[in-house]
Amino acid sequence: MTDPVRFLLDGAVIEIADADPTGTLLDHLRTRLGRTGTKEGCAEGDCGACTVLVGELAGDGVAWRAVNACIQFLPMLHGRALMTVESLSRSGTPTPLQATMAANGASQCGFCTPGFVMSLHGRGIGAVGRELPLADVIAGNLCRCTGYGPILAAGEAHPPGPPRPDPALVAALRAIRPTRGLAGQFGERLWFAPRALSELCDVMAAHPDARLVAGATDVGLWVTKGLRGIDKLVFVADVPELTRIAESAEGVHLGAAARYADAHAPLARLHPDLGELVRRIGGLQVRNAGTVGGNIANGSPIGDGPPALIALGAELTLRGPEGQRTLPLEAYFLDYGKQDRRAGEFVESVFVPRPAADDVIHIAKLSKRFDSDISALCGAFRLTLREGTIAAARIAFGGMAATPRRAPACEAALTGAPFTAETIERAAAALAADYAPLSDLRGSAAYRLDAAANLLRRLWHRTAGTPVSVLDAEAIDG
Amino acid sequence: MAERDSGKPVRARPSLPHDSALLHVTGTARYVDDVAEPVDMLHLAFGQGAQAHARIAAMDLDAVRAAPGVVAVYTAADIPGINDVSPVAGDDRLMADGTAIHVGQPLFLVAATSHLAARKAARLGRITYDPLPPILSIEDAEAAGSAIEPAQRMARGDAPAALAGAPHRLSGRFAMGGQDHFYLEGQVAVATPHEHGQVHVLSSTQHPSEVQHLVAKVLGLTHADVTVEVRRMGGAFGGKETQAALFAAAAALVAGLTGRPAKIRADRDDDMVMTGKRHEFRVDFDVGFDGEGRILGLALALASRCGATVDLSPAINDRAMFHADNCYWLPAVEILSSRLKTNTVSATAFRGFGGPQGMLAIERVIEAVAAHLGLDSLAVRQANLYAPGRDVTPYGMTVADNIAPALIDRLRTTARYDARRAAITAFNARSPVLKRGIALTPVKFGISFTTTHLNQAGALVLAYADGSVQVNHGGTEMGQGLMVKVAQVVADVFALPIAAVRITSTRTDKVPNTSATAASSGADLNGMAAHNAAWAIRDRLAAFAARAFGCAEADVRFTPAGVIAGDTVLSFADLCRKAHMGRVSLAATGFYATPDIAYDRAAHHGRPFYYFAYGAAVSEVIVDTLTGEHRVLAVDILHDVGRSLNPAIDLGQIEGGFVQGQGWLTSEELVFDAAGRLLTHSPATYKIPTASDRAARLAIALWDGDNTQPTIHRSKAVGEPPFMLAISVFAAIGQAIAAVAPDRRALPDLDAPATPERVLAAIAAHRGTPARAE
Repeated sequence: MTDPVRFLLDGAVIEIADADPTGTLLDHLRTRLGRTGTKEGCAEGDCGACTVLVGELAGDGVAWRAVNACIQFLPMLHGRALMTVESLSRSGTPTPLQATMAANGASQCGFCTPGFVMSLHGRGIGAVGRELPLADVIAGNLCRCTGYGPILAAGEAHPPGPPRPDPALVAALRAIRPTRGLAGQFGERLWFAPRALSELCDVMAAHPDARLVAGATDVGLWVTKGLRGIDKLVFVADVPELTRIAESAEGVHLGAAARYADAHAPLARLHPDLGELVRRIGGLQVRNAGTVGGNIANGSPIGDGPPALIALGAELTLRGPEGQRTLPLEAYFLDYGKQDRRAGEFVESVFVPRPAADDVIHIAKLSKRFDSDISALCGAFRLTLREGTIAAARIAFGGMAATPRRAPACEAALTGAPFTAETIERAAAALAADYAPLSDLRGSAAYRLDAAANLLRRLWHRTAGTPVSVLDAEAIDG
Repeated sequence: MAERDSGKPVRARPSLPHDSALLHVTGTARYVDDVAEPVDMLHLAFGQGAQAHARIAAMDLDAVRAAPGVVAVYTAADIPGINDVSPVAGDDRLMADGTAIHVGQPLFLVAATSHLAARKAARLGRITYDPLPPILSIEDAEAAGSAIEPAQRMARGDAPAALAGAPHRLSGRFAMGGQDHFYLEGQVAVATPHEHGQVHVLSSTQHPSEVQHLVAKVLGLTHADVTVEVRRMGGAFGGKETQAALFAAAAALVAGLTGRPAKIRADRDDDMVMTGKRHEFRVDFDVGFDGEGRILGLALALASRCGATVDLSPAINDRAMFHADNCYWLPAVEILSSRLKTNTVSATAFRGFGGPQGMLAIERVIEAVAAHLGLDSLAVRQANLYAPGRDVTPYGMTVADNIAPALIDRLRTTARYDARRAAITAFNARSPVLKRGIALTPVKFGISFTTTHLNQAGALVLAYADGSVQVNHGGTEMGQGLMVKVAQVVADVFALPIAAVRITSTRTDKVPNTSATAASSGADLNGMAAHNAAWAIRDRLAAFAARAFGCAEADVRFTPAGVIAGDTVLSFADLCRKAHMGRVSLAATGFYATPDIAYDRAAHHGRPFYYFAYGAAVSEVIVDTLTGEHRVLAVDILHDVGRSLNPAIDLGQIEGGFVQGQGWLTSEELVFDAAGRLLTHSPATYKIPTASDRAARLAIALWDGDNTQPTIHRSKAVGEPPFMLAISVFAAIGQAIAAVAPDRRALPDLDAPATPERVLAAIAAHRGTPARAE
């Protein structure tokens, strides 16, 4: 028995009786629903031409999010509302935002334009991330024609708005809200969408080889680029225990399916550098889908979250047939493509302890482009100082080894030493003993080693009050 | 009231928005892939070669044929006509003919019932290769003597003697990378079979006529059997000048062989692997100069990686030579240009068409001279500008419209260059980690196709009996606003509001034998052709009105209030209706060929350009000397578009071109591996600028002055020239790097793009502490 996938589109219930669980929302919109306003620019979540808004119940309201339709699998839409560019001017009249964009040259070829319209429209109706600086709201939308000025001007002319009450939509969403998990079969392909931790545990016990999918920002590319068939999928985004975020004096508890967009502010409250790091993970569309747990679980050596979380002393909790176990996050990463996750286990949560107020923390990501890029390397440092001496040091890097990894030689050079320029130089030199990075398209081994050492020097300069970030600079006025 | 003289400016400078702007923002502008598909549509995908250079010993396609949804699989042997999709040289194959010459080359073509089925099947080919040694880099090709044509030489005076006699002499080498177009809409075409074997192709191309001709060639048809149509492209930038033909020909081949409509749409990664990019260049210079930085002699060697076939590389490399002077008088100069053939995807047209590479070469030379002498590079630039008596280019063309000195002077003042430069020097002295740089660089860009015969255009204007007007011309819309500009020209001839003029698809059955919409020439050529067509109709209407209302033809006036003929005032619609009843033709073609240009390519001498477009930019950057990261903080641009046809459209071209150029020189890095595979084949790995990369202050002003040539309403071309304004960013980064050792009189070694890695290495080298060895 296959459950249909149901979602709302402009007030109507769209029901897909026989959904391919790896079918994308973008293909469905373009080829089944005739909604060709949503464009395919890359089919991997990097250009934003396919940006749509997805709304989900949040208390008595609806939380809208901009997401990339190209890597949203159909079951992920279940129980939600969808808004495409066609939804905006169904009356025949463009919205004020659309009118401004048309009048001021915010489109040239026009192909990326619907995606920008949706990102900015979302900001106007109170979508998740509306409080971000304007350029961040559209960091996940690429335009090759305009140079962005007129688009930014349109955004400035139409500031972010609060969420709009929409009781009819809330009622309609409640009407289609599933009360139990879903399951389906498409050909040989099985899929499950549990709605409780217990259901997820049951599915994993029965199908320990199933592929867990949260935001599909990684797995989506296996399908659109790898053209891989995935035999069993478990969608975890609707398991409430996994999406929970809890802040306490001790730290932040993040369910594995907590989206980066939702974790952004709590993590930023742990340390501003962590907030800045999260700001630079993908574009908003990616953070609206991608999860902290997925970023850890897939074991990428260049995942942005893990180095910082390791440096802060995060602990990972897994759950499996034998129950829960908790380990230091760094212990999860065994080797390239190999993690300490047993059959039937899944990542359940991560706990990030709150650093002490006087800890010296520096987290930095280096990439060819500031926004929406993948790290060449990412370094995270936490030094605990006691009367001028480094009492403890936790340092972790991504992009420097087959896994996110701590830097024991560097940590040893720091620990117990006075917090001085000489110590920093000795510790920077020690990094060469910690890592033997590869050369690849993102950077050479030499650059990675030099820049890694320099990030430690940057921590020193910054602690001394020297300006070190080009991101904080403004033009000189002469 | 319009003037017959196209060289007279129109009444005002109407900043009309793009004609499709409302369609864009509402998602209702239709691109090729948006057109509803017939039920029997076939979807295509290419099987791609995996080796850079190999003899193809065998292709086992059984698994491809057996894959779900596959209807047919074709190879070169199935082509009924000629296996050629090249623009000029006859060397681009639709599918490989026995030898693989670059990774990603099409080997076979799958037709299936869905896009996904075709893509999946296309990966199932089992190809047996006999590998041949690949030539991948400029150095490989030099060693092997592999070139697409003989090296070209452009020279004036005795450069070796001038170098030998100069008080100062410097030499150096640097390299600049290529660039992917990254048009947001990938390559796409739909072919529909018609009666008698004829075919209609909806293509995303800048060059419908060439697509038409190549489809005819592949299918063994006449040009008259093939109609190519393009309403709009989702970006092109030169990447759809020749590269669209491969896809259009594939769709047409399948439509012809199966009798079913066929669509091919390249996935982004496939598009980036399979289609050509901007040429990467290596530059060697040897320059002699005096104590004020005046260049006395220059020997410049340009070497470019052209890829596996000729494509447009001869003309592109010629244009690099044409722009190796930029705005500067080079009394004794020798420019050698080698065009190297490699087993990489054939490099192709990209906004600027070799001009950016040539211009970056001379700007680096200027920076090197200034650094050597300890002078402000702007002073060296100004000392070298063309001036009366020093105004002939290395190819023998007199620079008759030289506004560069005045334009630079004005920008220097408005951008407060000197005060900011002083403040930056002070900042750098007190800032140990962050360093700033500022640079002003000019642009002089030659306008015309340097292949003279391409400088022609046709238009077809149709007035209907109800007074509505359609305009067709050979130019294509890729976002640059060509259609609205041409419609403005036509509306103005009839004194009609723009809303009365309908813009339609570009079609080879409306206007034949057209040139590509390229070389920034779209509005110059097609605007004038449409102007001529509209005037032919207007003349007939005036003659008719004079007869009908008993006045002299000269007394018939077309005004916004209506047509005035003697004592009679009637609407344009009334006049059209009456003229139709009076059996007057309301359709006319128009034609235009650029005058006064001629070029002797063998001697590299003549007047290849009708005029020059100018501009200048001041960019300020800040560099992190610990990481090599940088940001562009402020940009001031002053740019010359003659008397603008549409300032809003032109400003958009300037800003967009600048940011695209900034991307080329900073974050956009093409990385190939040792086997010739492109590693940066998606937006995950190839980074074009995002909104936050745009300088927080980006001020653009238009130079107020007419084109000295009688172009359409004295406007100037705008598509390409602003791209090169971004050289100011690269120069400013160099200045910031130099600030780590301010007493060193040398230009930091920096290749483009200025990625953090390259900048950090340049900083280390400039300090004299070379980066860690690999």
